[in-house]
Amino acid sequence: MYAFNYLRPSSLAEAGSALTKTPDAKILAGGHTLLPTMKLRLASPKALVDLSRVSELRGIEKKGNALVIGAMSTHFEVSTSTVVKGAIAGLAELAGHIGDPAVRHRGTIGGSVANNDPAADYPAAVLALNATVTTDKREIKADDFFKGLFTTALGEGEIITRFSFPQPTKFAYVKFANPASRYALVGVAVAQTGSEIRVAVTGAGNDGVFRHKAMEAALAKSWSPDALKGITTDPSMMNSDIHAAADYRAHLVGVIAARAVAKAG
Amino acid sequence: MTATGIGAPVKRREDQRFITGNGRYTDDINRPGQTYAVFVRSPHAHAKIKSIDTSQAKASPGCVAVLTGKELAADKVGGLICGWMILNKDGTPMKAGAHPALAVDTVRYVGDHVAVVIGETLVEAKDAAEKVVVNYEVLPAVTDLGSAQAPGQPQIHPEAPGNTVYNWHLGDKSAVDAAFASAAHVTKINLVNNRLVPNAIEPRAAIGEYDAGQDQLTLYTTSQNPHVARLVLSAFIGLAPEHKLRVIAPDVGGGFGSKIFIYAEETVCLWAARKVKRPVKWTCERTEAFLCDAHGRDHLTTAELAMDASGKILALRAKTKANLGAYLSTFASSVPTYLYAPLLSGQYNIPSIYCEVDGVYTTTAPVDAYRGAGRPEATFVVERLVEVAAREMGKDPAEFRRINFITSFPHATPVIMTYDTGDYAACLDKALELIDYKGLPARKAESARKGLKRGLGFSAYIEACGIAPSQAVGSLGAGVGLWESAEVRVNPTGSVEVLTGSHSHGQGHETTFAQLVSQRLGVPIETVSIVHGDTDKVQFGMGTYGSRSGAVGMSAIFNAIDKVIVKAKKVAGFVLEVPEDTVDFKDGIFSSTATNKTLTFPEVALQAYIAHKFTGAQLEPGLKEGAFYDPTNFTFPSGVHVCELEVDPATGTTRIDRWVAVDDFGNLINPMIVEGQVHGGIAQGVGQALLEGAVYDKSGQLLTASYMDYCMPRASDLPSYKIEMASTPCPSNPLGVKGCGEAGAIAAPAAVMNAITDALGHEEIDMPATPQAVWRAAQKAPRRMVAE
Repeated sequence: MYAFNYLRPSSLAEAGSALTKTPDAKILAGGHTLLPTMKLRLASPKALVDLSRVSELRGIEKKGNALVIGAMSTHFEVSTSTVVKGAIAGLAELAGHIGDPAVRHRGTIGGSVANNDPAADYPAAVLALNATVTTDKREIKADDFFKGLFTTALGEGEIITRFSFPQPTKFAYVKFANPASRYALVGVAVAQTGSEIRVAVTGAGNDGVFRHKAMEAALAKSWSPDALKGITTDPSMMNSDIHAAADYRAHLVGVIAARAVAKAG
Repeated sequence: MTATGIGAPVKRREDQRFITGNGRYTDDINRPGQTYAVFVRSPHAHAKIKSIDTSQAKASPGCVAVLTGKELAADKVGGLICGWMILNKDGTPMKAGAHPALAVDTVRYVGDHVAVVIGETLVEAKDAAEKVVVNYEVLPAVTDLGSAQAPGQPQIHPEAPGNTVYNWHLGDKSAVDAAFASAAHVTKINLVNNRLVPNAIEPRAAIGEYDAGQDQLTLYTTSQNPHVARLVLSAFIGLAPEHKLRVIAPDVGGGFGSKIFIYAEETVCLWAARKVKRPVKWTCERTEAFLCDAHGRDHLTTAELAMDASGKILALRAKTKANLGAYLSTFASSVPTYLYAPLLSGQYNIPSIYCEVDGVYTTTAPVDAYRGAGRPEATFVVERLVEVAAREMGKDPAEFRRINFITSFPHATPVIMTYDTGDYAACLDKALELIDYKGLPARKAESARKGLKRGLGFSAYIEACGIAPSQAVGSLGAGVGLWESAEVRVNPTGSVEVLTGSHSHGQGHETTFAQLVSQRLGVPIETVSIVHGDTDKVQFGMGTYGSRSGAVGMSAIFNAIDKVIVKAKKVAGFVLEVPEDTVDFKDGIFSSTATNKTLTFPEVALQAYIAHKFTGAQLEPGLKEGAFYDPTNFTFPSGVHVCELEVDPATGTTRIDRWVAVDDFGNLINPMIVEGQVHGGIAQGVGQALLEGAVYDKSGQLLTASYMDYCMPRASDLPSYKIEMASTPCPSNPLGVKGCGEAGAIAAPAAVMNAITDALGHEEIDMPATPQAVWRAAQKAPRRMVAE
C-alpha cells in the first residue's frame, strides 16, 4: 500500500466538499474491494474519504410503498433488519450471503452498487426491483444506473445516499457461487412489482448485470419455472473464465432463473 | 491407561498459546537493527536477463542494499540442491540443471528470484524494489506436461535435453507383459493428478542474523526440519560451517511438506545478513506463496490392470509423467519415483508390477512433496483402476477388492515393500456396515426422484510411513539417513525435558510425546516439556514429514526412556541399599523384593544428581540419556474410506452426503489428535478431488494465484465423518504405531472420484471435479448401466 491521506467527514456536505477539493480522492464505503487492491499496490489514490461517520447515509425504513435503505448500511445490517425482512425478505437473504461475516460487517450496499462489480449480488436486486438510486445530486433509475463492467452513471465525486425499492409482490434471488471466491458465477434476481416483471442477471454477463428480456416476457405470460423452458441465453454475451466457460454460464442462467422463480413462489 | 498416558484423548497442551495469540511464529520475532527483504521476481515464465539496473532502487529512500545473482555467485554461494539421486533406466544419473538462489542469466518460472532489495522498512524495501529495472528477453514458455518432452519444445535447462530429468522404472517389465498377454480382461485408464498449492495458514518467513563477534549466523525460519536446513545451508550452499550456523524453527503454522525444503529466500536472507551486517527479515505474502512455494502432485498417468476370468488381478502397468517444475526442489526427484511406485500394489495381491516415470521440467513453480507425497498419487492410480476394473467385469467393487486383498503377512510386493501386518477385509466389512451399503440402491432411487445422481466410491488405501530405514533409502539414492534422535533430560526435581529431532508444525507433539513420557516414567504430564526446533538446543535430528514423528521420533524417545529407567534403577538400588537386579519400576515407583521401602521417580532423580549414595567409581551422577532410532521397516497404515455423494446434473454441483473412514494406524497415542488428523486429511483430499487445482496459462502465468481463483475446502464443502479405528499393531517399532498424518489426503481423492464416476455412469472426468467439469461430464451418456 502506498501512502495516502485519510479524511473522515461527518456530514454529507462535508464529504461532498472533501471530494471536490481533494485531487484524486476515492470514496471509502466499506473498502472490501478498494483496500485489498491498494494493499496489492494496484490502486494508489492520493486520498480516501471515509463515509462511515456520515449519518445521513445510514438508516433503513419503510416509506409509503417503498423500502428505503441508506447507502452506508452494511450487509450485516440489511441482512438482519426486521424492516427489510418484513418488506423484501429475499433482499435480506441476498445480503446475508455476501462474502463472510467480516465482509458483511464492513461492506455496504452503496459501496457494492457504486463499484458495480460484474459478479456482485446487489446490482441484480437493484435492477430487478427497479430501485431508484438517490445521490447527493439527483435520482437515477436502476435501468439508467448500470453502464457495464465497474461502470455506473455516477459522476466524479457523486455520492449515493440511499436506495428506494418499490414494494414487490414476489422477489427472489438465487446465486450460483464461484466455488473459490463465492462471488456470483451466475446470480439471478426475479421480481414481480405491480404488473411489471423483471429478471436481472449478475455474474454471468460480459458487460455486467443485465435484464433478461426474453425471460421477463415469458414470465409475464405465466409466472412459473416451466415458463422459462426453452428460453436460451446467448453465450456470446457471457463472461468466460477458468471456472465457467460461456456456454456453461449461459446454461446456468436458465437453471438458476427457474430456481429463483420457484423460490419466489 | 492413565488420564494422560498412551491412548488418552488428552487436549492439546500447545493450543492454549496458539488460540490466545501467544504463539511465537517466525514473523512474530523481530531482531535489533532488523531490515526487510523484498524479492524482485520474474513476471515471465521463461526469459533471458539482459541487464539489471539497480541504480534507481539503491537511491530510493531507506534502501539498504540491492543484491543480485551476480553478487551471490561472486561470493561463491552454492545453488539449491536436490537430495535424492534418481537413476535412469540405463543406470545413468538424472540430469538436473543449476538452481541458483538468485537467477543469474535466465528466469524459468513466474516468481523466479531475480534480486533482493533490503530496506529500513518493509514499505521502503517495496518502494525500492519497484525501481529495479530488469531488461528481459522473453523466451517461449513450456507449461503443458503432456507435450513438454516433445521435439521442438523450448529447452529449459541445457543439462536436460528434451526437458527430461529422468526416465526411471521399477518392476519386472517382461513378467508384466507376459501377464497382460495372458489376461482375460484388461482395464486401461488415463488419469490426471492435479497440481496443488500447499497453502499452510502461516506463510513462509525467514530472518537471517550475523553475529560478527562470534562469526555466527542464525536463521529463524518456518522449517519442518531445522537440522536438515542447517546441513544443506552449510555443507552444500556453503554459507557457514555447521557449528557456526544456528537454525531456529519456532512455532510453525502448518507445512504439509512445503516447509521441508530449503528455498531461495532463507538462503538469501542469511547471506544478505552477513553482507549488510544487520538482521534481514522476509515474510512471504500470500501471492508469493502461490507463485513460489513448492507445489504438489501434477502427474499424467496411463495405467492398466490385467485380470483372469475370475477377477483375480494378474499384473499392473503404469506410465507416469511427473511435472517437476522449473527447478528440482529439495526432495522433488524422489516423490514421483520411490515414494510413488512402491505403493502401486495397494492392498492387493498383484504378482507383477511395472512402472515407468518420466520426471519433466516445465516453466512452472517447482513441485515437491505435499501431504502424502507420492502415496496419494499411487492410491489414486490403484483405486481408480480397481474400481473401473470391477465395473467393467460386472463385479461388485467391494467384493472385487476383497477377492484380491492380501491376507497373509508379511507380504513382499513386487515393488520393494514388505508389508508387515494388516487386516484389510476387517476394515472393509466395518466400512460397508457403517455406510449401510445394502441401503444404497434405495438411496440412489430416492436421489433420482429429486433429479439427482447418487454415487458411492471406495478407496482401500495403503501408505508407507515412518520413513525410513536409512540403509534402505540410501540404496535407493537418498542423500541422508532417515533415523530420528531423542534426548531425555531428567532434572534433579524430577521434571523431564525431551529434546526431539522431530518438529511439530501442527501435529501436537508437545502433547503426544509428553503422554509417552508421562506413561513410561509415571510422572504428571505437566512436568514434561518437549523441546524441538532449535539446532543449538537439540541434537541433530531429521525432522517431521511422511507421518514419521510417531513411528520414528517417538521410538527414539521410547529407547532413550529405556536407558533412563536402566540408570534410574541403578540409582534406586544404591539408595534402597538393595541389589540393582531386584529393583522394579512401575507407575513411577521404584520398589524391590529385598526391601519394603519405595522411592518415587523424583526422589531417584534427586539422588542421581546429589550422588551421595554411590561413588564415582560405582556410577556416573546425573540422569540424562539419548537415543538414535533407525527403523527396520516402513510402517503400513491402511484403511477403507467410502464416499457417498449426490450430483446435480443441471448445475454440476456435488454434495458429499456420507463419509466413512475405517483406518488402521496400529496403536493410538492420542485418539482425539488422530481423529483430527483424519478430518484434516480428508478435507485436503476432498479439496484435491473437487475444488483445488493450480492452472497456468500457455504463457506460464499462474491463473490461480489467489483465493479468488484457487478454491480451498471450507467447512460447508464437507460432511460429518463417521470414523472408526481398526488396529493391527505395527511389529517393527516399540510403540506399535504406524502414522496417521497423511492417510485422509491419500484415501480421499479416489473415494470421491469413484463416487462421482459411479453417479455419472462413466469414467470421463478428471480432478478437480468442479461444477463445470461435472456438468460437462453429465452431458455424456452413461457408458455403463447405473445400478438402480
